Amino acid sequence: MAIKIENLDYIYMPGSPFEKKALDNINLQIDDGEFVGLIGHTGSGKSTLVQHLNGLLKPHSGNVIINGYSTDTKGEELKRLRCDVGLVFQYPEHQLFEETVYKDIAFGPQNLGLSKEEIDVRVRDAARCVGLPEDVLDKSPFDLSGGQKRRVAIAGVISMRPNVLVLDEPTAGLDPAGREAILSQIKSIYDEGNMTVILVSHSMEDVARLVKRLIVMNEGKVFADGTVEEVFSRGAELRNIGLNVPQVNILFDELVSRGMDINSNVYTVEAAKRELLAYFEKVKEGKENA
Amino acid sequence: MLKAEKLFYSYDNGEKKIEAVLDNLNLNIKKGEFVAVLGHNGCGKSTLAKHFNGLLTPLGGNVYVSGINTKDEDKIWEIRRQVGMVFQNPDNQIVANVVEEDVAFAPENLGIPSAEIRQRVDEALKTVDMYHYRKHAPHLLSGGQKQRVAIAGAIAMRPECIVMDEPTAMLDPMGRAEVMETILKLKARENMTVVLITHYMDEAAQADRVIVMDDGHIVIDDVPRKVFSQVELLKSLGLDVPQVTELAYELNSSGIEIDYDVLTVTECADKIMDYVRSVKSGN
Amino acid sequence: MLKDITLGQYFPIESFLHKLDPRTKILIFILDIVIIFMAQTAVSYAVLIGFTFLLMLISRVPVKMYIKGLKPILYIIIFTAILNLFLTDGRDLPVFGYSIGITVEGAIVAVKMAVRLVLLIIASSALTYTTSPMALTDGIEKLLKPLSRIGFPSHELAMMMSIAIKFVPTLIEETDKIIKAQKARGASFDTGSIFKRAKALIPMLVPLFISAFRRADDLAIAMESRCYTGGDGRTRLREIKFTRTDLIGALAFLVIFAGVIAIDIVF
Repeated sequence: MAIKIENLDYIYMPGSPFEKKALDNINLQIDDGEFVGLIGHTGSGKSTLVQHLNGLLKPHSGNVIINGYSTDTKGEELKRLRCDVGLVFQYPEHQLFEETVYKDIAFGPQNLGLSKEEIDVRVRDAARCVGLPEDVLDKSPFDLSGGQKRRVAIAGVISMRPNVLVLDEPTAGLDPAGREAILSQIKSIYDEGNMTVILVSHSMEDVARLVKRLIVMNEGKVFADGTVEEVFSRGAELRNIGLNVPQVNILFDELVSRGMDINSNVYTVEAAKRELLAYFEKVKEGKENA
Repeated sequence: MLKAEKLFYSYDNGEKKIEAVLDNLNLNIKKGEFVAVLGHNGCGKSTLAKHFNGLLTPLGGNVYVSGINTKDEDKIWEIRRQVGMVFQNPDNQIVANVVEEDVAFAPENLGIPSAEIRQRVDEALKTVDMYHYRKHAPHLLSGGQKQRVAIAGAIAMRPECIVMDEPTAMLDPMGRAEVMETILKLKARENMTVVLITHYMDEAAQADRVIVMDDGHIVIDDVPRKVFSQVELLKSLGLDVPQVTELAYELNSSGIEIDYDVLTVTECADKIMDYVRSVKSGN
Repeated sequence: MLKDITLGQYFPIESFLHKLDPRTKILIFILDIVIIFMAQTAVSYAVLIGFTFLLMLISRVPVKMYIKGLKPILYIIIFTAILNLFLTDGRDLPVFGYSIGITVEGAIVAVKMAVRLVLLIIASSALTYTTSPMALTDGIEKLLKPLSRIGFPSHELAMMMSIAIKFVPTLIEETDKIIKAQKARGASFDTGSIFKRAKALIPMLVPLFISAFRRADDLAIAMESRCYTGGDGRTRLREIKFTRTDLIGALAFLVIFAGVIAIDIVF
């Protein structure tokens, strides 16, 4: 499954006073099994972009090709596309509506017209995938905690068995422990190896630790695209477009500007610690040798 | 300014008795203090906030606002006027369709004459730097701008204190920065007492005092520097520390002699440079 | 699209109409509706059309906005016109020499109804474009005030209206988002029998209601925190006052309306 986006343009509310070019000549390719972070501040076009991936929005010009098929399609083919690319919206728990967690997770597979047995397998598997215990399945989703509700909502998309899972701000509004739990759950979903995962966020700190590749959007354009190291080597530019770069990345820039000879492409505490300890060693050795 | 004495509260939803949400809590917040309240979801922070303007009244103990007991029903509107509240979802606290009319809502309720309302509205909007948008429709503003309008709506009451319940939780980094800037300005210019409930450690680090809650109790109550240096304890409570604090702490536990009561990038860089210099000079 | 609805939108600029007391505008609006439906002759219609152009002009709102306001109603106008065209009895009106069941009376009624509806929509657009919803509800509240003596909840009604208007864009956005999210889970809202479609609305309506209740709850707490105690003792940022401008405006409009009635009687 490859996602291919060619010369994609999208205009928001054309012909109205609010007309705005939301996406401007986007060209991207995402291969099978990639773990991609899509970053940008509000209004950068990242949410508009992901809604093109399962045909919720259609390009005004250009193409979005999923696994060889254009998203500009209808009927059965569109349905297949929707289950190929699973999209988890921001605050997905706001879309829960069934009486029980089980029924809510089963909503997607039911729409696919699957057999009862198959649905049952998928619901239980999806629940396990997001770390929901079996006994929650019979409860009302509205009696659960915020973090649990979000897991139910994510399971509701995973039960469609998509090849590509897109999550829009999955940690929004959670406390630090909740954020941590959801992120490590997403990591474990990716590690199971069945899905390409695209994580949409404005928090560099959250995303940088998980993904391999980062795509940064700004004003409807792709601003940067590369490995996490490559993207973070442009730390100052990222800050200029309103993104909050991890604090240690800023720290390392500061240390370099104060004359320390270290690699500044650091974005996790762990890497920062390693880099600094190595540097301290070098300083000590240098002193002994002198 | 705000005082809680042996405060006890629990939600009782009939069938199952829920444990105490606030349990024998004592707290005293002085005029002009900027206090951040931390704690994981369900630790009682929001319940505490609702006690400060009489939205909830204690089941045990007392809460005083400028010496007035919040149980005094005759004074409830005076208490509400003195303590402005700002909530998490900006869309759900804006009442009117035009920015300035929303800011005017509270003064209108207080029965203030038109001319003075106009003056207060303009002043409040200028304070939060939204005067330029006074004729705009709130739903077309960004999250950060909406929250600033909500803050203006609270300060138009000329309160002694503002209590904010996770005002930045739904905002992006730019919006969060706007709100923090506004809070710091309010404190510096108007000597406003601010209580900020948040999940973001970098925000709490800018306060004068940090209170960490867990299970209806206050676990830590100190200046940010002292609070965040308790890295292990905070992590065990499901909280984070700023990355630079964590880094200094990690270095320290790897045997590097470096203080970890650092809060900002500059402080951390200073400590690291000091350490390098001390190694170089052989101490 | 849901987002294209312009009715009830306020256009914040300065103009003579913007300055008028909302009560004056509401009364003129009501009078205008009555006159539009009373008018009989071509001349009185011409005067009313002229009056409507005048309204658009002095509101200083771009004509484009008025046309946008008409768009959603266009089909209703065309539909009523066609109905009138064919269903009115009278003298046969041949088209290119063929009788196709259209009558002269039908044509007249169709044109009249279409003109009436267009005038009506433009007048209501002129009212909402030039009057902020707060001012509008204030005006309604004040006009209904005498009724509150007999226990009519005029303030509560006005407050409810203004809050409802305020939340329209928010709820439209929310609906849009919920529909998209359920579509992403394979739901379809536009296929199948009517019964199936009605059932398909449940996954949209349940979350929408839950969210609306949550918002209402939040809003009630926020309003209480801002010392809202109901209508008693409330003052206003802009106390609405009946000024000389209102008097001049009202008189000018009354003259026009009187003219229309006079024309109808004379012709």
